[in-house]
Amino acid sequence: MHSQTIILYDGSFDGFLCAVFLIYEQKVTHPIINKKNKSTPTQLFATTEEIHTEKQKAKRVWDGFKLKTTKTQQRMFFKAFLSEIKGVENTLFNYLRIVFMKEKTDTSIDYSNKDILKISQVAKMVQREKHRIEAFVRFRLTTDNIYTSIIEPDFNVLPLITSHFKDRYADQKWMIYDLKRSYGIYYDLKKIEIITIEGTVKSNIDIKSLSSNEKEFEALWRTYFSNVNIISRKNNKLHLRHLPKRYWKYLIEKN
Amino acid sequence: MSFERIREKLSILADAAKYDVSCASSGGKRNNPKKGLGNNTGMGICHSYTEDGRCVSLLKILLTNHCIYDCAYCITRKSNDIQRAAFKIQEVVDLTINFYRRNYIEGLFLSSGIFKNADFTMERLVEVAKKLRLEENFNGYIHLKSIPGASDELMREAGLYADRLSVNIEIPTKSGLKLLAPDKKHEDFIKPMQKVKEEIIQHRAEQKIIKSTPRYAPAGQSTQMIIGATGESDRDIMYSATFYYKKFNMRRVYYSGYIPVLEDSRLPAIDTEVPILRENRLYQTDWLLRFYGFSVEEILNDSHTHLDLDIDPKLSWALRNLHFFPIDINRADKRMLARVPGIGMQSVYKILEARKFRKLNWTHLKAIGIANNRAHYFITCDSKDFYSQELAPDEIKARILKNSNSKYKKYFNHQLRLF
Ligand code: SF4
Repeated sequence: MHSQTIILYDGSFDGFLCAVFLIYEQKVTHPIINKKNKSTPTQLFATTEEIHTEKQKAKRVWDGFKLKTTKTQQRMFFKAFLSEIKGVENTLFNYLRIVFMKEKTDTSIDYSNKDILKISQVAKMVQREKHRIEAFVRFRLTTDNIYTSIIEPDFNVLPLITSHFKDRYADQKWMIYDLKRSYGIYYDLKKIEIITIEGTVKSNIDIKSLSSNEKEFEALWRTYFSNVNIISRKNNKLHLRHLPKRYWKYLIEKN
Repeated sequence: MSFERIREKLSILADAAKYDVSCASSGGKRNNPKKGLGNNTGMGICHSYTEDGRCVSLLKILLTNHCIYDCAYCITRKSNDIQRAAFKIQEVVDLTINFYRRNYIEGLFLSSGIFKNADFTMERLVEVAKKLRLEENFNGYIHLKSIPGASDELMREAGLYADRLSVNIEIPTKSGLKLLAPDKKHEDFIKPMQKVKEEIIQHRAEQKIIKSTPRYAPAGQSTQMIIGATGESDRDIMYSATFYYKKFNMRRVYYSGYIPVLEDSRLPAIDTEVPILRENRLYQTDWLLRFYGFSVEEILNDSHTHLDLDIDPKLSWALRNLHFFPIDINRADKRMLARVPGIGMQSVYKILEARKFRKLNWTHLKAIGIANNRAHYFITCDSKDFYSQELAPDEIKARILKNSNSKYKKYFNHQLRLF
């Protein structure tokens, strides 16, 4: 049996790249990259190594990757990482290894390789979630004049949707908070900030903190939604395919 | 504003507008350079879906459902006894902005009944768009209805603020129009289309020379026809559609199955079913004309005036033209590849790419993603398993139908029972 090395990183993309850096630097032969969490059990037949995230090291790995890949492949890689699917780091690492073995400036890509195929499929799923969240975010204006939205996406899409919302809502303050991952993005009319909220955040914003007309506008939206429906064309299967139930919780018109 | 009153108006004026099928919010890229409100990425986003599975992308309303006309097919017509309402210009502006800021919508689709006259109505629609753009600094999507008979000057202004303009032709034939909309003239529909087309061409030309030329209706114009209200044939419909595509550079023609809303001796009975399957076949035909290189005469002509309901128009064409088949996948040109039932445009491109490297066989074709259960009657490839040769059209059809499970089957069975 080979002795395995488990490399623990902090869950960030930079952290992951640093894990890769370490593997190359120390020529680790059988690495497993895992996200660090409180209760990682100690493995009997494996050494465990915890890495610190250093921007410089991460950048070196990423720059090397960029040399041999196209923009699309880079985005695909990042999206797959954001899926946070268990073990995705190791598939990503295999992908990296294939890329690093290639000649310089060779950006062709072999879709018959199972790791590459897997990454591209996962990236597609993440991309779809990104589109859905861009569509299904519902802002509610609060008393402090911030358009606020809470989401619980399947994947960590906040980094992917930021620029869309920044372009679109440039003249209003807004915040989108990912309840599942306990962080959000906040736009203060100038720049985007990553924020966390102390204490528990409820999925429902307290009515007292909503601006005075908010309920009225929501009622108007519901009125609109119920009046555009054409009963003689009802097609529930199609409806559910486009609008899966798990998104309903935050859709004003479905509540 | 009084929310109660607005809500009442909204329910009336959204309800009256919902039969307009066009929900497209794509096309007409607009960015947000001055940090105002909104952008339009040119992609179109569906923010919600109705229970009939249609995309909700725009706030689609009428400015008013008061109307001086009496078009038989229209729920808003003068003689219909319904609740009437009218939005003030500012109310529409406020609604649009407030919905948009909450990420409910991509923009506004504003139409109207005709009060007083065409220009008086059009002027108000333009005013809404103008306020949104100039006062609210709004860069979201705006689709305005062109009111038949509106003046050239107003149409010119409309295009400066709107992304898309459309006139619904509604009734595909002149005779049908005469019967159902006696006080509307065919020329009144044509005029604004003609003007919009000219303006688009002129603005594009000027833009090439002078960069600062304002943009004019960047998402072009579209129109809609009601299907099944006047006993018109599919040929009538598609010949009209072709006419509008060619003559006015239409971006899209929409086909909307007639939904019986009114009792009228000139119209189908009130319990007539919405011809959803027929509508679908028309869209497929539209697709073949726009992207597959078919001409309308090949699909519909004197000896074939209606589309088949049980099979799609491409298969139907192929069965009537078996003498062109089988074609050799490894040699046929793009035009013929596109004509094979079961091979979509995506697959055509993949085949053209892939066969540069190797001769393709059934396994390759399957991997490319063609619908082999249809295609294999019409093609040969690099394989000894020859296609199912020398079958009569009826036989091929029967076999394909047996193996396909159309999502429309239930409609089809249903409609069959009516005959
Ligand atoms: S003019 Fe337009 S709104 Fe008025 S009745 Fe005719 S179709 Fe309806």
